[in-house]
Amino acid sequence: MASPSPQLPSSGEYGVLGEFDSPRSLYSACSRVRDAGYSRWDAHTPFPIHGLERAMGLQESPLAWLVLALALAGATSAMVLQWWVSTQGYALVISGKPFFSWQAFVPVTFEIGILGGALGAVFGMLAFNKLPMWHHPLFSSQRFQRVTDDGFFISIEAWDPKFDVEGSQEFLRELGATHVEVVLR
Amino acid sequence: MSNPTRMPDLNQDGLTIPPGTRLHKLPWIGLGLGLAGMAGSAFLAQGHMQEFLYAWLVAFLFFLSIALGGLFFVLVLFATKAGWGVSVRRLAEHAMATLPIFALLFLPIAWGAGQIFSWWEGPGDDALLALKEPYLNSGFFLARAATYFIVWSAIALWFASRSARQDISGEHRITRRLQAASGPCLILYAFTVTFASIDWIMALDPHWYSTMFGIYFFSGCLVGIFAFLVLAVGLLQEAGYVKQVIHKGHYHTLGMLLFAFMVFWAYIAFSQYFLIWYANIPEETIWYLHRLHGTWSNLSLILAVGHFGIPFFFLMPRAIKENPRLLMAGAAWMLLMHLADIYWLVMPNLYDHGPHFGLLDVAALASVGGIFMGAFGWSLRRHALIPVKDPRLPESLQPDHA
Repeated sequence: MASPSPQLPSSGEYGVLGEFDSPRSLYSACSRVRDAGYSRWDAHTPFPIHGLERAMGLQESPLAWLVLALALAGATSAMVLQWWVSTQGYALVISGKPFFSWQAFVPVTFEIGILGGALGAVFGMLAFNKLPMWHHPLFSSQRFQRVTDDGFFISIEAWDPKFDVEGSQEFLRELGATHVEVVLR
Repeated sequence: MSNPTRMPDLNQDGLTIPPGTRLHKLPWIGLGLGLAGMAGSAFLAQGHMQEFLYAWLVAFLFFLSIALGGLFFVLVLFATKAGWGVSVRRLAEHAMATLPIFALLFLPIAWGAGQIFSWWEGPGDDALLALKEPYLNSGFFLARAATYFIVWSAIALWFASRSARQDISGEHRITRRLQAASGPCLILYAFTVTFASIDWIMALDPHWYSTMFGIYFFSGCLVGIFAFLVLAVGLLQEAGYVKQVIHKGHYHTLGMLLFAFMVFWAYIAFSQYFLIWYANIPEETIWYLHRLHGTWSNLSLILAVGHFGIPFFFLMPRAIKENPRLLMAGAAWMLLMHLADIYWLVMPNLYDHGPHFGLLDVAALASVGGIFMGAFGWSLRRHALIPVKDPRLPESLQPDHA
């Protein structure tokens, strides 16, 4: 008798996957999945759909706060560095202007602020999305490959409290899914 | 998501201004305010003609900048084939349709130019002014002013009348023609607004020059129109109009544009200051020296903090831009700061030691503002409040501009 592989933490299904034929049907289906009270589910599209985050009932991303914090930290540290270099570390008279000529420091302060915000946006986005991720159970679905072309999908994950293999598949069909399948881990 | 290509069945309630309502009387209210302001100006100007002319110039430039901002916004909506902005475009069209009136409001400035511009009677023994005389002379100045008003009025009235005609016929051809014309019109706009700002503001201090002054004035025009549009949309909705056709997404986008051009203003304002500060050439720095002298330095600081610092953080959160009341408060503040900016550009040439905001300024603002409001209100009640048959209207009505 072969024992269950330790690489498969829980046997059985990852969740159910429903395919929709247009952004519009996906949009209305998302709002009904949201209203049905599911919490562990996602929508997959080839391109961004305006307002889908509201149809899905997604909470506001915390990313903006990270960007703001890193932008302010970048700007502050740039100004402090320039102040220190120009007045403490290597004070030089330039064009007969005062050592602390804040006007001259604004461009660098601005740019480092932008840099901090941009780095925060890129790496924060990756971190909040748990990227990079080398594999995902949904990739085992043949149909799901069309998500980068013309496929619109909703996946409901097995660890959702309201999940039920048969019931959730039936639910997606009710919402107008053209194809529903179970995705295994 | 409804089908974005199908024309919606619009409920006509709240899309036109019925006779007998308060808004229908706006032209008369504006005219009354304007005439009262002019009577007050005429009374107060006795013995203070120069002060009156400067106050009039500030009021003229402030409301002109809103109308010019409207002209740019309409042209850009057509040039970019934007769908989202169709239901707020008509209000900008009304704002730009007031431009011909500004040719009349310019008459006091043309008449009193000798008391506003030191170069008006000729360069005298000033070598720099002698060099600039081919441009800075009274005849060419008036000819240029006439050109600006002809160009602006022609573009504004042509676009506004075509757009209004589409309300009845619904022809797509009109949209295509306006799109094709918008690009060349934007080029004309760029030249006329740049030279107008040089003539009417920069030439107040004829030794001074800044190559980015045109874009500085332009950035203020855009702050003015987006603040004005937020207030206009908000007040119309509070009065019960355009409820179904203008939604949270429009407030959000107008708020983003207000934020963007507020930051753009700060970027241009600082860049102009920064380059002049760094180069340290006397005939350039003197302009900033005037504005850091006496209590003018307080107004300079107020502009830095109030026209940029505070609104930068206030207008940043999406929740504020989607809340009509809060966004309207921010827009009213930005209009006030825009007025302070125009005042700061013009008035240090008259008052050396600091701002003297008085009754003459109030009377001039009431005069020009009343006439502007009256012309806007008159245009407002002639047509529907949105372009009801614009082919891109359905796109604009989508809750998320999808």
